[in-house]
Amino acid sequence: MKEKLLEIKDEYLSFFTPAGEIKALNGVSFSMEEGEVLGIVGESGSGKSVTAYSVMGLTAFPGRLVSGTIRFNGHEIHKMTEKDFRKIRGNEVSIIFQDPMTSLNPVYTIGNQIEEVIKLHTDKTAKQAHDRARELLELVGINEPDKRLKQYPHELSGGMRQRVMIAIALACEPKLLIADEPTTALDVTIQAQILELMQELRKKLGMSIIMITHDLGVVASMCEKIAVMYAGHIVEYGTTDEVFYKPSHEYTKGLINSIPKLNTEETERLVPIEGQPVDLMNPPAGCPFAPRCSKCMKICLRQMPPKTQLSETHYSYCWLRQKEEAQKGATEE
Amino acid sequence: MSENKKLVEIEHLKQYFHARGTRGKKQYVQAVDDVSFYIYKGETLGLVGESGCGKTTVGRTMLRLYEPTEGRIIYDGKVLFDKDAGISVDMMPYRRKMQIVFQDPYASLDPRMTIGDIVGEPIDIHSLVSDKKERHDRIISLLQRVGLNSEHANRYPHEFSGGQRQRVGIARALAVDPEFIVCDEPVSALDVSIQAQVVNMFEDLQSELGLTYLFIAHDLSVVRHISNRIGVMYLGKLVELADSYELITNSLHPYTKSLISAIPVADPVTARANKRIPLAGDVPSPVNPPSGCRFRTRCPYADERCAKEVPGFKEVTSGHFAACHHLDKVK
Ligand SMILES: Nc1ncnc2c1ncn2[C@@H]1O[C@H](COP(=O)(O)OP(=O)(O)OP(=O)(O)O)[C@@H](O)[C@H]1O
Ligand SMILES: Nc1ncnc2c1ncn2[C@@H]1O[C@H](COP(=O)(O)OP(=O)(O)O)[C@@H](O)[C@H]1O
Ligand code: SF4
Ligand code: SF4
Ligand SMILES: [Mg+2]
Ligand SMILES: [Mg+2]
Repeated sequence: MKEKLLEIKDEYLSFFTPAGEIKALNGVSFSMEEGEVLGIVGESGSGKSVTAYSVMGLTAFPGRLVSGTIRFNGHEIHKMTEKDFRKIRGNEVSIIFQDPMTSLNPVYTIGNQIEEVIKLHTDKTAKQAHDRARELLELVGINEPDKRLKQYPHELSGGMRQRVMIAIALACEPKLLIADEPTTALDVTIQAQILELMQELRKKLGMSIIMITHDLGVVASMCEKIAVMYAGHIVEYGTTDEVFYKPSHEYTKGLINSIPKLNTEETERLVPIEGQPVDLMNPPAGCPFAPRCSKCMKICLRQMPPKTQLSETHYSYCWLRQKEEAQKGATEE
Repeated sequence: MSENKKLVEIEHLKQYFHARGTRGKKQYVQAVDDVSFYIYKGETLGLVGESGCGKTTVGRTMLRLYEPTEGRIIYDGKVLFDKDAGISVDMMPYRRKMQIVFQDPYASLDPRMTIGDIVGEPIDIHSLVSDKKERHDRIISLLQRVGLNSEHANRYPHEFSGGQRQRVGIARALAVDPEFIVCDEPVSALDVSIQAQVVNMFEDLQSELGLTYLFIAHDLSVVRHISNRIGVMYLGKLVELADSYELITNSLHPYTKSLISAIPVADPVTARANKRIPLAGDVPSPVNPPSGCRFRTRCPYADERCAKEVPGFKEVTSGHFAACHHLDKVK
């Protein structure tokens, strides 16, 4: 078997706030191979960002890894301290955020900020770092790189700032790039440019990408695998085609049904998921989706459904799948 | 939809804002420039376009929350504003009929007011009830209408989710029995599953109450779903307008074509086959928009004529309008 780049096992992570314990991750497990593009989808607050940030040690206080293991690129992340994290952050794993303005420092030039990262992780001279910064801007499709290096973040458009963020993230050729809603704040035509750029760069540089988004359209075109999160659980995982064409958790089905179709002549009434998102301070016993699930059975309210393996790459956590498997088994006998 | 009765109409609407230029020079943001359209009674007209193209400004100017720089606004056959004729009527009687729902369900509700008082405020302003009991009953029935209940009336906005707050915003707009509602990105801040709940509610309210909507959003699939017709804006200009299915399947303007091709389709097979029509560069500043056609700096078909002449907004086929000099060349 190929060496795993990332392997998360049974991760429980909580935020201990004055108001109480927020159970953000409740037994998350998945792994990624080198060069793979994984999409994490789910509604706001479902734990997409926390899952990815925990790989970089960005969930510290009031967050705490309660149990579970995270292995990344030969590191035992769950045992690492802030000092260890500083060595891998921006080097082996980098991140780009939704709003590039909040992650760029307004008082330094674009050039300063890119060179800073390069100098932190390599022993390049100032001149070499400058040349590399220029090369990176060209790589992410920014024209007039010499002029841009001298400019400040507010002098660039939103799309260009996101390109700069990508340049910074790629400065040290990371093994894993985490993109947290990288295009949510951008207009569709600019979003299309950035997604295209990310795909191109991945082909060129071969890194793995975790793409966090609530937009199923973005994952459909970008990702090979999809993890669907709900209330701190990965409720379904599979290849992009498996998740879209054979959705096997009632939440995934609901998500797909609630998207309006663009090019059908008659518009059908949307099928929303009724009810409200889960309160992670008081999560329901049993299946976390039970209070909103139209197929909910008695057992769903009592007991968390176990994993049903549907193919080598596809699994979900739903009692209905368990029932189906049991029936299949019975008829086969 | 009762056919062919126009409820709202704008003609050559212009909205320029003062902008502080360099060295105190007077400059204008040409937020909306020469936009004309009408909305039939009971219809939903969708308005799409990129951030800053002037969608919100059109909506707010129609309600005269901004005083138009130029143009005419007609509501139910009555001229509310006409710059050339010097007409500018008192809006108070029309405020009741024309309402707005905002994008941000977090910022648009006063955190210190209870839900009941937020919904009750417009009732008080327009003195729609004679006593406390009537006021209370009216608030409760409004909350029920948008899928909330009486128990919610005494709570505060922070106790509600985004979707619930958006319902409160809608109840507030409905409080005065409006006929026309400008919906400014009312579902953009919501998760998809909640978005579908709110979209359905807008549709139900429309059929129950015969409402007319201007539905602004940047998500074309949502707009396509809810609208009878769609208008596309670019840098302050309306560049195309058509029946919504026609616009999606048979767009004419190069900008619309590119916009549609850029939408990430939530279907892997279609997404892989999808050919994007990339647009070079960024949207220019509305302070100094390009001469001639404002889209020319990013348009693959632009030529000299496009830099000189502003393309007129013409009816190309019945009910399908577009503003471009070279529609015959656009593929
Ligand atoms: N009160 C104002 N004063 C000055 N400029 C303004 C004002 N309101 C809007 N503008 C400018 O007018 C242009 C159009 O703005 P508008 O808010 O109508 O865009 P929009 O299409 O609604 O964008 P978004 O999708 O971001 O909501 C922008 O350039 C904006 O910065
Ligand atoms: N620093 C923090 N302090 C307290 N709670 C947090 C913090 N960061 C995240 N959370 C909570 O953890 C849960 C998961 O959050 P997140 O992963 O950001 O969701 P999303 O799926 O939207 O990315 C949410 O309930 C969120 O409020
Ligand atoms: S386990 Fe039960 S409640 Fe949960 S998604 Fe499946 S059917 Fe619905
Ligand atoms: S008028 Fe010219 S620049 Fe404008 S859209 Fe048509 S071809 Fe392009
Ligand atoms: Mg997040
Ligand atoms: Mg707006």
